[in-house]
Amino acid sequence: MRKTTTLAVAAVGVFAAATLPAFAQKSGGILKVQHRDNPASLSVHEEATVSVQMPAMPIFSNLVLFDQQKKLQSVDSITPELAKSWAWDDSKTKLTFKLEEGVKWHDGKPFTAADVKCTFDLLLGKSKDRLRKNPRAIWYRNVKDVTVNGDAEVTFVLEKPQPSLLTMLASGYSPIYPCHVNAATMRTKPIGTGPFKFVEFKGNESITLARNENYFRKGLPYLDGIEFKIIANRSTRMLSFVSKDFDMTFSSDVTIPLLKDVKSQAPDAICELHPQYVSRNLIVNEKSPPFDNPKVRRAMALAIDRQAFIDILTEGQGSKGGAMLPSPEGQWGMPKEVMEKMTGYGPDVAKNQAEAQKIMTELGYSASNTLKTKISTRNIAIYRDPAVILIDQLKKIFIEAELEVVETSLWHAKVARRDYTVGMNLTGVGADDPDVNFVENYSCKSERNYTQYCNPEAEKLIDQQSTEADVNKRRELVWKIEALLNEDVARPIIYHDKSNHCWHPHLKGFVTHHNGIYSNWRFEKVWLDK
Amino acid sequence: MATYIIRRFFLMILTLIGMSILIFVMLRLVPGNISDILFDAAGMVNEADKARLEAELGLDKPIIVQYWTWISGLMTGDLGYAYVSEKPALDEILPRIPVTAKLALLALIFSVLIGVPLGVISAVKQDSILDYSLRVFSLSGLSLPSFWLALLILMAFVHYFGWIPIYTDKPASIWHEIGLLSIPALAVGFRASALIMRLTRSSMLEVLRQDYIRTARAKGASTASVNYNHALRNAVLPVITIIGIEAAFLIGGLIVTETVFNIPGVARFLVEAIRWRDYPIVQNLVMFIAVVTVVVNFLVDMAYVLLDPRIKYDD
Repeated sequence: MRKTTTLAVAAVGVFAAATLPAFAQKSGGILKVQHRDNPASLSVHEEATVSVQMPAMPIFSNLVLFDQQKKLQSVDSITPELAKSWAWDDSKTKLTFKLEEGVKWHDGKPFTAADVKCTFDLLLGKSKDRLRKNPRAIWYRNVKDVTVNGDAEVTFVLEKPQPSLLTMLASGYSPIYPCHVNAATMRTKPIGTGPFKFVEFKGNESITLARNENYFRKGLPYLDGIEFKIIANRSTRMLSFVSKDFDMTFSSDVTIPLLKDVKSQAPDAICELHPQYVSRNLIVNEKSPPFDNPKVRRAMALAIDRQAFIDILTEGQGSKGGAMLPSPEGQWGMPKEVMEKMTGYGPDVAKNQAEAQKIMTELGYSASNTLKTKISTRNIAIYRDPAVILIDQLKKIFIEAELEVVETSLWHAKVARRDYTVGMNLTGVGADDPDVNFVENYSCKSERNYTQYCNPEAEKLIDQQSTEADVNKRRELVWKIEALLNEDVARPIIYHDKSNHCWHPHLKGFVTHHNGIYSNWRFEKVWLDK
Repeated sequence: MATYIIRRFFLMILTLIGMSILIFVMLRLVPGNISDILFDAAGMVNEADKARLEAELGLDKPIIVQYWTWISGLMTGDLGYAYVSEKPALDEILPRIPVTAKLALLALIFSVLIGVPLGVISAVKQDSILDYSLRVFSLSGLSLPSFWLALLILMAFVHYFGWIPIYTDKPASIWHEIGLLSIPALAVGFRASALIMRLTRSSMLEVLRQDYIRTARAKGASTASVNYNHALRNAVLPVITIIGIEAAFLIGGLIVTETVFNIPGVARFLVEAIRWRDYPIVQNLVMFIAVVTVVVNFLVDMAYVLLDPRIKYDD
């Protein structure tokens, strides 16, 4: 009898322990989050920065979304949101979503399949209304049409199979917009179906969101609201975080050197080091002599000592890789043995640099006859610092470069005009998928390919990987593209940066994504244990 | 006097017209416009969309037409729409002015309350240990960069009180606001008080050597009466000038203080607007600062007449 009782008590205990977290969440409270700058607008589809994503993502819902409770974004972590389920047809060119019913926009109007069509018509440039900027139009280059089958079903009709379409739809960059609100209003007073309603955006001061009482997921969100306070000075942000005026820092705001300060003053703060999926890369204008000579570009690629950049700028925490985010966080990163076969990636840096020197000597350059040039970069520390190291490294191959800092807002336009010879650049990627990264940054027709790299062979391979359903075969194609981009010296990647995101222990239910910073800000399961 | 005021009024109008042209042209000489910046922020290049946006904002029109649109709007109280927030520029500018005005006023009060008495003491006790100490104090006020001092204050508050005196929420009451603004005002006022103190000291030293001061002493006037009634009144004119200049500077020049203490005032807003090339905000805000500067200078000139009966402008 006693044994039975003990077993029963133990069973109840185990059950309670297993179920306790589900009951532990506390509702209420205002989450206070730091923000670093004044976003241009809150219209996700018009912007390409985490400054917009972080405060705007809680307002919206996607059809599908990367799991907010898992650290890695992948095909396997895609979860339903406005779509209850989805299915491909046999030809893999039609993707049909069954939608949640009874969902309402924040202004009380019903959400229907027509809103999904409106959103994608807007992105494809088919609607009367226009976005001022459409930075991710290229993501949907393969979408022929979006058709509506009643109020609760919608089908994406593709030109050709594209398994990764679902991945792009799961990004925080793919919210559904309402038909009845125009693009201009969405910039200033966005209406969504998400867990939080937009309340107010005070320029340079704050962005306030309030709990959506009619959120279609019952019982969520836990918070009463979120306040993003814009604090332009990073030192003030760090001090106000350690003084507990804020529950959470801005995304990736705590750099590796700053972490020591933060942890010494707030030892219980939870800080996670993660890649931001922002690479530092070298850009070379292949139309500008003598850089039109592939040998010079190859010598430059060989001269890069990536580990030196990583050690100096990230205290050894950054990672080497190609265009795609390196593993273990990146889903498409090359294995070390594949990567080290690429030009300039070999472990023997001295040997690489000796080879580079030999090329330059053959071209007639020497210590007494250096190649003089300028290295252009944006006038921001994260650009300038690696540019200075690059100047030093290029000296070893007889390239004498002078730093040219460019007014930050004119950088992309200057590069697009090819008004530079050599540059230090940063590239951020919206979702960990080759269809996002390669298509945006290296395909001939992309408006975000501001270096205008265009190689028909690369274009063909990019298209090929896009239609490939077998993940392993696709991965091999991706690595082949990486090798080709590297041989072409198309933005050689120097390193991928890492930074910390911190919050206080009373903030629960938040998970930082480790292979992207644009998709984990729904905040619907975040709660405050105060 | 009336003639002088009318003449000064027309001079003020001319100055402001000149300023408006200067602001307008200089702003357009800076490379890039809002369209470049918005597209750059999105990391994309699309010349057709950029041109469409420029046309939507009227940036494709001839510069003379753009200037006339602005000035004629300004006459009727229509400041246009901010490019970034897409709200009326007036609604964006107006709420920020009182915040900066309060901060500037507090800073000015602190600087006068500290600078003038210490300047007098320093002059009266010339070459004493107290004088040397006050001179070191004033020198440090002039040489410490305000961003460094402001950060040091914040760090001290966080370290010793676990509290950071920055402006994140709208203050609950006027007293709360005064309390919150007092700390940055002290940081700013320290520099201004050092300037005022040094000027008061040198001006006082000059006056204290005058014959009429000796006469006042010979008549048996008390030291306090000599120092404050006879010397200070005559030494205060240059100090008033510098207070006027400081007042005008404080309206637009508190960029660092507003940024470090996160104060939603005019200066920080102006810098952000320049970054975005938000012409309607920058033009109108700089014009506002110009108006304040011109008016303050005028008031300082008028104050001379009140403080020194020997000054008569009609002469």
